[in-house]
Amino acid sequence: MENKKEYGERVARHSPASPVIKNCVLAFLIGGGICAVGQLLFFLYNMLSASMEDAYTLVTVSLIFIAVLLTGFGIFDNIAGVAGAGTLVPVTGFANAVVSPAIDTKAEGLVVGVGANIFKVAGPVILFTTLAGTLYGIIEYVMSLFV
Amino acid sequence: MEVWDYIGKVLLAFIFGGALCAVAQILIDKTKLTPARILVIYAVTGVLLGALGVYDPLIRIFGCGATVPLTGFGAVVAKGVRRAIEERGAMGILTGALSAAAAGTGAALCLGYLAALIFSGKPKRSRRAGRKKSAGTPGNS
Repeated sequence: MENKKEYGERVARHSPASPVIKNCVLAFLIGGGICAVGQLLFFLYNMLSASMEDAYTLVTVSLIFIAVLLTGFGIFDNIAGVAGAGTLVPVTGFANAVVSPAIDTKAEGLVVGVGANIFKVAGPVILFTTLAGTLYGIIEYVMSLFV
Repeated sequence: MEVWDYIGKVLLAFIFGGALCAVAQILIDKTKLTPARILVIYAVTGVLLGALGVYDPLIRIFGCGATVPLTGFGAVVAKGVRRAIEERGAMGILTGALSAAAAGTGAALCLGYLAALIFSGKPKRSRRAGRKKSAGTPGNS
């Protein structure tokens, strides 16, 4: 897998166009597929009388659960190797970014290893999302005072 | 809704979600952006689009194609902030973001910790090359 990837990167440097397109198509198909599965789950949850908003949240949680499981069994990396951004951009990528370092650092201990590294990628995501959200909150609040 | 409406919805989710992934793939291939940075950029872009009120219409059209990618996570945060300010005034500025992000992060953290207890990383990367992660996994950056 790794060799194939490195080879792919080398080829990409020398003949720019086609591998990028191939990666792009794979990302589109697999990423789109994950969203389509999510949409099917959404219909299911909605039918089971969850509200629209709750159904969307349940879809997110379900996909996180599946991604965590696949990461645990070591299958996720293989799919991600083919899918690239296709598994990265959906919540599955976020879930993988939480679990993968957590499992890898188990040997370093549950607090210093798992506890710290579980935030390795999720931390920046949560940080910058919270920063952006809070900044928006300040703007929204100040604007609400004048309207 | 008729059968074709359901199929149409699934197709719309497929197309929009797929397109967001394709754009990210181009960014990875053509720039030096690492997967972790892509995640941050997508989430923050989602906050921005949510704040501008652009993302809700997208969700209405593309459903999970808009909510499942990480931009959806950001949009949920923006929506949560707006709602929290309506309900609690200035306090909402501080409580909105993280409470809106709670379901996703809570699930990922708790399930992630559980998974770390159950699974061990050994069989995954026994080869020497194991340090370098494949492009699609944001673990190393």
